[in-house]
Amino acid sequence: MTDDSLRIGVFVCDCGMNIAGFIDCEEVRQYAEGLDGVVVAVRNRYTCADPGQDEIKKHIREHTLNRVVVASCSPRLHEPTFRNCVAEAGLNPYLFEMANIREHCSWVHSTNLEAATQKTKDIVKIAVARARFLKPQMEREIPVTDAAMVIGGGIAGIQTSLDLADAGHMVYLVEKQPTIGGMMAQLDKTFPTMDCSI
Amino acid sequence: MTDVGRHPRIKLMTLSEVESISGYVGNFRVKVHKKARYVDESECTACNECTDICPVMKPDEYQMGFSIRKAIYMPFPQAVPSSFVINMDECLGNNPIACGKCLEKCDKKCIDFDMQDEIVELNVGTIIVATGLDVYDPTALDEYGYTRFENVVTSLEFERLICAGGPTDGHFVRPSDGKTPKRIGFIQCVGSRAYKRGHPYCSNVCCMNTIKDSLLLKEHYPDTELSVFYIDIRAFGKGFEDLFNRSKKAGVRYIRGLPEHIAEDHDSGNLLLKVENTTAGCIEEFELDMVVLSVGLESRQDGAQLRHLLALSQTSDGFLAECHPKLMPVDAPTRGVFLAGCVEAPKDIKDSVTQAGAAAARAGAVLSADMIKLEAATAVVDKEKCTCCEVCVRVCPYVAITASRKQKIPAEVTEAMCRGCGACAAECQFGAISIRHFDDEQYMAQTEAALEENPQDKVIVFACNWCSYAASDLTGTSRVQYPPSARIIRTMCSGRVDEKFVLQAFKLGAPIVLVSGCHFADCHYIDANRWTQRRMDRLWSRLERLGIRPERLQLEWMSAAEGNRFAQVMTEIEEMRTKVTREEIEETKKILEEYESKKKKGTAALGSST
Repeated sequence: MTDDSLRIGVFVCDCGMNIAGFIDCEEVRQYAEGLDGVVVAVRNRYTCADPGQDEIKKHIREHTLNRVVVASCSPRLHEPTFRNCVAEAGLNPYLFEMANIREHCSWVHSTNLEAATQKTKDIVKIAVARARFLKPQMEREIPVTDAAMVIGGGIAGIQTSLDLADAGHMVYLVEKQPTIGGMMAQLDKTFPTMDCSI
Repeated sequence: MTDVGRHPRIKLMTLSEVESISGYVGNFRVKVHKKARYVDESECTACNECTDICPVMKPDEYQMGFSIRKAIYMPFPQAVPSSFVINMDECLGNNPIACGKCLEKCDKKCIDFDMQDEIVELNVGTIIVATGLDVYDPTALDEYGYTRFENVVTSLEFERLICAGGPTDGHFVRPSDGKTPKRIGFIQCVGSRAYKRGHPYCSNVCCMNTIKDSLLLKEHYPDTELSVFYIDIRAFGKGFEDLFNRSKKAGVRYIRGLPEHIAEDHDSGNLLLKVENTTAGCIEEFELDMVVLSVGLESRQDGAQLRHLLALSQTSDGFLAECHPKLMPVDAPTRGVFLAGCVEAPKDIKDSVTQAGAAAARAGAVLSADMIKLEAATAVVDKEKCTCCEVCVRVCPYVAITASRKQKIPAEVTEAMCRGCGACAAECQFGAISIRHFDDEQYMAQTEAALEENPQDKVIVFACNWCSYAASDLTGTSRVQYPPSARIIRTMCSGRVDEKFVLQAFKLGAPIVLVSGCHFADCHYIDANRWTQRRMDRLWSRLERLGIRPERLQLEWMSAAEGNRFAQVMTEIEEMRTKVTREEIEETKKILEEYESKKKKGTAALGSST
């Protein structure tokens, strides 16, 4: 599909030699540039570092990008980083997508540059395909009741209750037994200090 | 403990159990069942008059049954609240003929036999689960003779026997004859690191507890002969190795090997045991006055109700699963709920205190905010398409969806409770539910892009974010190599993988499709992956009926720690892929195209007839 309103920017990360050492990143960048809806494809040495992020922001402004794809590491690692980055440039953070070309490609197919480069192109293509359908999302805000319930009055429950209460929060400590103390209260001395438990 | 009792911002509710919990992060509504104490805890001065006169005698649980307590009692002298309590199941009651003596005796009139149980309603923003653990009961291990031999005791019983506040005022004696034992053996790993009986995991605290016990004994009774039978001594914490060395220097003998069984000498009550000393490579025989079983720790037997109320899950060891073992170790998978202490895993006091502090900090971060943001990836219902069939209500692990078939009320999602697993969207037969940020269009586009060129060379992998996708990341960070055919598509939960995603992949020429999620007990969305299993079962039957080899759809469960396994699975699947011929792929495409056009006609016909 081609949607003229789509303005996708793709940022291919070298990750030093972690990606560029096993994949032809320039070939991937050129490939990305040819994908539908992509208006700019850029290579970065380290996209997650400040200069890399600055570059993303610069291109968002210069090319009025409305989708950003970073082809680098796992979203489990840097998705929050880049979401913040695009948000700082005024883009809704949900208009960002990541292509995991390091954990899923360069590091696991490190002996076959040709096959790894082909797979990387596919991974970028898949990410761009998803990016085309991304929609801005709003994170709803809800108020919070400033009180906690701690269930269990052993050492862990006691400590949590005290810490929370000392920090100014109301605490309801719910204990099944007629007294708090739990298992700890039955112990005589405790290691490593060899002093009383109660 | 006393700090809790007098803290102005802590409301202590003893004899209380959580009965129901509704709501969500920031806004939980809780009903607590507070049982009657029958003694006014604010008035009671703990003067002991009532307990002195009470005629009922029962084994004292606090002293592990080594002494007795009355039906009106104080659990232990330092109890908080410092108040007596009546066990009504044991009390003879307020009947002047039967008893009622305590009532007469109490000058302050604190005793109230008419006190009622109460239901207290609380509104809280966060919940911290710190329900602790159970201690392993070694009765089942017949070879050690616990309960048959009086002088075989557990490590918890040992605590009471050596304690100055214990039944013997700290004079350490053995149960059979009240004499101070001269030769004591400690058996480690009782119920721990055992695959047949007990638990396979290490209980974490028992080695150090025994080392501590040995030092206490050596301090009070320096000429006691102490032998510790062990598999490994795990003295890994700060200062632990020092204690271990002190114990060895004090003359405690550490023997690597566990005794096979214990026999009792009937006359003396002494215990006879044989052990293979695996360090010395010989069999040694011991006659001991007393044996302490260093029992392991286990998850609470009564934990199921609370787990159900809070939608929490267990790890394979029975303890509660944390949100992420490394990065969110005190967060429960249910947002706004935190774990502290042994409910999460066996741990010592220091670790419990540390974790409690972490849980308080994490909970405090929620409580300190006036408003909190909710994850945007939640389910949305298209009410026009909804048929009120209630399937989604049954599917949702978080009870976040309501609907009524009878009253024709379409599905409604409570956004704050929805975690976005997507199982409802995948199960909805009417396409009425979509997941924000993870909608069908996106998945279809991803599959299409992956299979645009040379589909016969590719394997489509749907991987759940928390386990399988994490495992595939670990394969990467571990640099384990596997064939480059996999095209991994991330879903938040395997429960999100709709039948139509799989069928579309086959229609576009995929030789193999792999759906992978967390192991059942590890599902990040409680049990949403059970729906994955059901759906895949249905799909396999459908593929078979259509004449497509069901083996081409693979299902694998793997944890985030199984990076090697991910590579192995991908290697095996690559082999399967090479066996799928171009003809077979073409045939499948044709079958599915026909199937779809039939289905379309079917719905069209259905539409015109209604």
